Amino acid sequence: MIPRHLLIGVAVMLVIVLSMGIYLRQMSRAAVERQRLAEDNRPVMPPASGPTETVTLYVADDAAGMLRAQPAQIPLPEGRQQRAEELLRALLRIYTRSDSPHPLAPAADLRSVYLIDPGVAVVDMNAAFADQHRSGILTEQLTVDSLVQTLATNVPGIARVRILIEGNTRETLAGHADLTQFFDVNAVAQAITQAAQ
Amino acid sequence: MSSATSKAKNSFIVVLAVVLLAAAPAADQKKISIYSSVATYSLPVVDHAGHEYVGLLEILEPLGRVSASTAGRRWTLRYNNLDCEFFSGKTRARIRKRDFDLSAPFLIENSRGLVPLNSLSALLPRFLGNSVTFHEAARRLFIGDIATQVSAQFDAANPPRLVLNFTAPVNPTIATEPGKLRMVFLREPLVPPGTPSLFFDNPVITQANFSENNGVAELSIAATAPLMASFSNNARTITVASASQTPAAPTSAEPVPTVSGQPASIPGIAPPLPPPSRVRVIVDPAHGGTERGAALTDTLPEKTVTLGFARLLRAELQNQGFSVTLLREGDDTLTPDQRAGTANAAHAALYIILHADSQGSGARVFTALLPSSSPNHGPFHAWTTAQTDALPLSQAIAFAVLTAMQKHQIPARGYPASLRPLNNVLIPAIAVELAPGSNGISDLPSANYQQKAAAAIADGVSSLRDRLGAQP
Repeated sequence: MIPRHLLIGVAVMLVIVLSMGIYLRQMSRAAVERQRLAEDNRPVMPPASGPTETVTLYVADDAAGMLRAQPAQIPLPEGRQQRAEELLRALLRIYTRSDSPHPLAPAADLRSVYLIDPGVAVVDMNAAFADQHRSGILTEQLTVDSLVQTLATNVPGIARVRILIEGNTRETLAGHADLTQFFDVNAVAQAITQAAQ
Repeated sequence: MSSATSKAKNSFIVVLAVVLLAAAPAADQKKISIYSSVATYSLPVVDHAGHEYVGLLEILEPLGRVSASTAGRRWTLRYNNLDCEFFSGKTRARIRKRDFDLSAPFLIENSRGLVPLNSLSALLPRFLGNSVTFHEAARRLFIGDIATQVSAQFDAANPPRLVLNFTAPVNPTIATEPGKLRMVFLREPLVPPGTPSLFFDNPVITQANFSENNGVAELSIAATAPLMASFSNNARTITVASASQTPAAPTSAEPVPTVSGQPASIPGIAPPLPPPSRVRVIVDPAHGGTERGAALTDTLPEKTVTLGFARLLRAELQNQGFSVTLLREGDDTLTPDQRAGTANAAHAALYIILHADSQGSGARVFTALLPSSSPNHGPFHAWTTAQTDALPLSQAIAFAVLTAMQKHQIPARGYPASLRPLNNVLIPAIAVELAPGSNGISDLPSANYQQKAAAAIADGVSSLRDRLGAQP
């Protein structure tokens, strides 16, 4: 016959062990979530305001090795600069989807677009955009062409585009596409037409 | 007056001698041809202290995974999982921790490890585990059980015919000259028949000779009348007959291959094979050293694939008569400015930079993406748009290479790209990016796949040889 106080003691111990197990599990989950949030450096952007417009995004398609014109309805603000930024963010949303035809890193994002008259657009991307970009001439060129052509088509008056990473000049996007030069909008448009033939 | 004439004569003779001496090395460039089941390629042979040498890394590169490094006088090489070390100026080497004696001292030249040619028969089986047959006098090396045999059947009917049957398809370069038809086999592992010379008791076709020299095999047919050759049986049979009394063509006869774009089946009055023009091409294996390029697999950087591919392209271009300079022979770091500067200073006719990509399939050929209006004025060129004047010819070459790729059944497309140093190069310039073939990523380091692509590039470039030759 087991004494009653011993049974009560064992039961209390079991309850304590079980509670500690549950507590540790919750602590572990919280740590993983904190880590995930820390690694996700995507800025939390307020939704763009303004009337919705139909625009043409030039989306890179790796399988076809070319850009495809894709109409999209997105809210666009009044200002040219904000409009340019929203266009590129809409493009990046396509590229960061899991089923993207030209995947970019989920953390790839636009920092700003600066429009400098006459006809210059400076696109400032975040580090993840370049650091985690796949390496290859065609892959990188499609990304560049897509950004340049989308901007030039939907924001009138842009003749040359420069791409910066975190506000600085970078030699190449991921080892190939030259980012030290301005991209001539007409030359890129001709190249896209030529590649599509 | 007579003194002036004599002086002019002497000057002419001196100039002629200088020109002949300058031309001699190009015409007599020594090479070794290597035939294996995975690749066929030719490499330059270097003379030193009475011995002939060849680069060991270059021999092994198409056959497996190989890397080499130099530390002072010590040169180490890893082929697949086999390590060996050689010492400059010494004949003793260590292979798999065992001693091996070369027939002449090992040499290091620009980080390239050179071994004497007459040690290859004993040296290569240590690496390859295969038998090696070396026709040393002809510099033709056969790895494993690879050989194409030829047998001849003479039909004395009117008109007489000589039917040559080969055990594998062949594609020789054919040239005719008065009294002779020559077939030169550059890529085929053709071995000598039992009797190298056959004599025919016939007034038209009198003799057939097999010879091999400087990495190529040659069959020559002597005749008293012009001859022509036709192919049949999927290029396994070549029928040689009198051109003036051409027999009924075989049912599956195919057109004969061409020499420099001209039909080779010209009757015997056709001029002999023209000497190949030495148009110079710069081949640049992209990346290198600390700049590894794309990670094609976990263990395969782009820089390794581009170097192997460049060596095969060099061999293919040399086989087509081009003079080729590799911009890097080893694992060196070069900036885009250094690459462009070297290419511009070399006064070559063409610059080709090679890349590789694990995504997509086939190959891509790129030309420079330049602004639609050029800032170049007068004799000065802006560094960033130096390619402007040469761009039309670059695009023509890119198109020719794409066409040749398609003929070799490699899917290929062309694009303009903002890729340095294409825009900084003054001469025609293209970039070729090799992507996986039908077997996926394993194709990229495969010498067989690379050689197919290299042959296509060489064919494309060769088709515009005349326009390249006109370049400064």
